[in-house]
Amino acid sequence: MHLARITIFAGHFGSGKTSLAVAYALWASKQKDRVILCDLDIVNPYFRTADAAEALKGAGIRLVASRFANTNVDAPAMPSETRALFDDPDTTGIIDLGGDDRGALALGRYAGLLQSRGGYEMLLVINQYRPLTRNLDDLCQIKEEIETASKVGFTGLVNNSNLAAETTLSDVLATAEFAAGVAARLGLPLKMTALERCLVQGEGVRRKAQLTLGEIFPLDLYKKQGWKL
Amino acid sequence: MASKVLMKGNEAIAEGALLAGCRHYFGYPITPQTEIAAYMAKKMPKLGGTFLQAESEVAAINMVIGASAAGRRAMTSSSSPGFALKSEGLSYLAGCDLPAVVVNIQRGGPGLGGIQPSQADYYHATKSAGHGDFRMLVLAPNSVQEMLDYAFEAFELADKYRITAMLLSDGTLGQMMEPVDTATKVPGPSIDKPWALTGTGEQRPPNLVNSLYLTPEELEGTVFVRYDRYKVIEEKETRYEEYLTDDADIVVVAYGAASRIAQNAIDAARRDGLKTGLLRPITLWPFPKKPLFRLAQKATAFVAAELSMGQMAEDVELAVRCQRPVFLCRRTGGVMITPEEVLQKIREAALGQDPAA
Repeated sequence: MHLARITIFAGHFGSGKTSLAVAYALWASKQKDRVILCDLDIVNPYFRTADAAEALKGAGIRLVASRFANTNVDAPAMPSETRALFDDPDTTGIIDLGGDDRGALALGRYAGLLQSRGGYEMLLVINQYRPLTRNLDDLCQIKEEIETASKVGFTGLVNNSNLAAETTLSDVLATAEFAAGVAARLGLPLKMTALERCLVQGEGVRRKAQLTLGEIFPLDLYKKQGWKL
Repeated sequence: MASKVLMKGNEAIAEGALLAGCRHYFGYPITPQTEIAAYMAKKMPKLGGTFLQAESEVAAINMVIGASAAGRRAMTSSSSPGFALKSEGLSYLAGCDLPAVVVNIQRGGPGLGGIQPSQADYYHATKSAGHGDFRMLVLAPNSVQEMLDYAFEAFELADKYRITAMLLSDGTLGQMMEPVDTATKVPGPSIDKPWALTGTGEQRPPNLVNSLYLTPEELEGTVFVRYDRYKVIEEKETRYEEYLTDDADIVVVAYGAASRIAQNAIDAARRDGLKTGLLRPITLWPFPKKPLFRLAQKATAFVAAELSMGQMAEDVELAVRCQRPVFLCRRTGGVMITPEEVLQKIREAALGQDPAA
């Protein structure tokens, strides 16, 4: 699977951008030395890339995030170090944007740099099980709002349809048609379908799922687990 | 394709309200409840309803008073410091016997506090939401599904008893995502509101929605009538859930997010051979006093687990009439309790130590 110099995950809030960005950065770190995961989420106060800080550190990934993430400071803040990603062409950057157009606004600041230095992918993350992105019209609207706010155009689609811990393989298989429909309507290629790793254990299962869903990206989740003993 | 959708707790509240026929939402943004307003802003126009971002929390609750007086299902929501601003309006709603649904997704306090989850508005919700003698019916969900279910239920109860029904939750439940079945709720027959200000059509004398009474006796009379209604609510609408309490020596009492944590601690205590159970109040007012008193006849001790300094623990002590010791497992200011901390308290309670020591 192609790894661009800079990959941006954007979409409706709650579609799984942060989990994907973390997993994608870990995957990228197996191929490239200097991977930077940049958390530009200025919307969500609770669930952040910082939840996966240990795993990222273990893989040698540099996490660039607002030092106010997961604290009581309820003010949109962008980390100044973000600029390093654009200035240093030897790095591989993964950007986690906040949800919807409001979250995408943060990217606008860097849109010019992104366009002029080339080699980026901006992926629209979709989850058909989210209540406000269940049909093509809603997704089309969100895509346009994000592109207007960020001043960057999408290059591809990620199907991340899931029901959190209750997700079964058939729940995801059932969204293949929807994902294909979105891809056709928006004129964007479906880059991959994300599936929690435990749902695609074994080569046979994975190959079979691939027939319906296209390229599979196995996902490990790094969520807060404080409730369990 | 699964019939469920993946929702944030805040979105589920908004969807539950819409399913109940709420078409008037007035709010003001504050973390961690803003997704309620955001969801309403997206969906209300498509349903022909009103979404209005008011100029302040005070304005929003007064708009609810207006919509409710006109007989419509209306809602406002906020988080702790913003919610406290609504106190005056809550008192007027009660004084006018108007049904309304209000939501508080609690964060750390007092003052501006913080944006992390808390349960420190328990007193405010259950005992002192505003001036005067009155009660609100307070519902405390503990899952995203229940956020939807009880938001829906709150409207039915509010109309039935002409009372303000409150959803008291916290930032964790508001922000976390779980699969939700949205097809569970269908509104019952609409409840007649002969008191509503909908125009006389020159067919009847004008209705009056008012909380001012010119003589003390008249005011006292209306309060007495209201409290007769509260008594019915206490008898018929007290809700709670028990988990492994049948043979329990130790009973943990916890609501909302804390009850999910407590349940994990109880499972661990059982693995250690400690007979432990959970009583989860679903209505915080009315508080499940009777079932707690019943459990106190068999249990040796209680553990109150809450994200506040022991506000609910006082109600547990009152409910068991101080016949059994009540241990307190508490964190506050936006810090979550851990299952380990609850388990530790269960062990202390099992040893029969004095909780005051």
